[in-house]
Amino acid sequence: MRRVLFALVSTVVGLVALLGFKTHAPEALALGTGTTGTGTTGTGTTPKASSPPRAAASSAPATATRTLTGSPVNTQFGTVQVQITVKGKTITAVTALALPDQDGHSAQISQYSAPLLSQEAVAAQSAQINSISGATYTSDGYVQSLQSAIDQI
Amino acid sequence: MPDAVRHVEPVMGTVVSFAVRPRAGHGATVAEALRQAVSWLHWVDATFSTYRADSQISRLARGELRIGACDSRVAEVLELCEFEHTASGGYFSSMVGGRLDPSGLVKGWSIELASRLLSSHGLGDHIVNGGGDVRSSGRPGPDASWQIGVAHPLHPGWLTTVVSGTDLAVATSGTAERGAHVLDPFTGRPPSGLASVTVVGTDLTRVDSVATAAFAMGEKAQPWLERLDGFEAYAVTDSGMAWWTSGYPAFGTVPVESSSIEV
Repeated sequence: MRRVLFALVSTVVGLVALLGFKTHAPEALALGTGTTGTGTTGTGTTPKASSPPRAAASSAPATATRTLTGSPVNTQFGTVQVQITVKGKTITAVTALALPDQDGHSAQISQYSAPLLSQEAVAAQSAQINSISGATYTSDGYVQSLQSAIDQI
Repeated sequence: MPDAVRHVEPVMGTVVSFAVRPRAGHGATVAEALRQAVSWLHWVDATFSTYRADSQISRLARGELRIGACDSRVAEVLELCEFEHTASGGYFSSMVGGRLDPSGLVKGWSIELASRLLSSHGLGDHIVNGGGDVRSSGRPGPDASWQIGVAHPLHPGWLTTVVSGTDLAVATSGTAERGAHVLDPFTGRPPSGLASVTVVGTDLTRVDSVATAAFAMGEKAQPWLERLDGFEAYAVTDSGMAWWTSGYPAFGTVPVESSSIEV
């Protein structure tokens, strides 16, 4: 695992060099599945991500948060692919999209935010939702559950 | 399903919802089949509840009852637990905090058998939802398939994916789980990485157990689920990202392509 991590670090450094960022804030470079910045970027569904995707980093507003995805890189351990989140000119998060598992096979790790779908919108597009799966609710929690609304139809 | 016969039953600490599409000439059968299904669920609750001091499981755990003296269904459940324990590399466990607790299997198993009971009455078109674990059978209408929404674990009131099909079992395990009692059996702590994981298959007994095990695995669940035959899965991480197994899009919706930059 340590060797894989080393490979990832090398790749991240290589990727950063490739992107031509001024790495003036190395303390902000977080390795691993960084939580800062994930969840709000990279999906194209967030309205505020309106800046052109190919805008150069130097011309981006100082506070704009963007997500950049590196090309898959073949290492001796398997394929490594990373995604970085950039706020202004500072890398705030590095997320692994693909990492080799123990067998050397690369696991694809999604870079997608989990969609927010409203029941009404889904019903309008396809058919009525018949049932709701979710983590177990209690008898009390049922009252507020989406399932209770369906049961009253 | 406007012509469905619906029934909502509080049982097992949660609520079980039935929707049954009657077939011609089966009007009286629906009420009788539902009565038997509900009676079955209450029997399961009385026998397996760890919240009831007088249940067979509680008495077995205290050593007051031998397995041979229990109902044969108790041994059946413990065998199924053992199977799931092995199949999940130990992540599914019927021992919680050193105490016998097969609750992780009992709900899915009892809903699966309730569904089969309805089918045995000739009512092959139905959907049963036990506190978020769903077993669908047949169709909601001619040429229609069941639409099962999956609740977004981080945004109450919203869905994150919709599973569509006939004869599917869908179970979700997550942090919103009753009492947050799903622990990593190897660390004894709540698992990290996932807000919820939804598993799709055909047998709710297995699907529910696989979802519980996958949630206990946390981030390690993805390669395990990918290798597991007969199951597909969709997960939301605790940072709000989604991943799914390669076969999942055949059953459920997934996000559209992201707008990331190629470098």
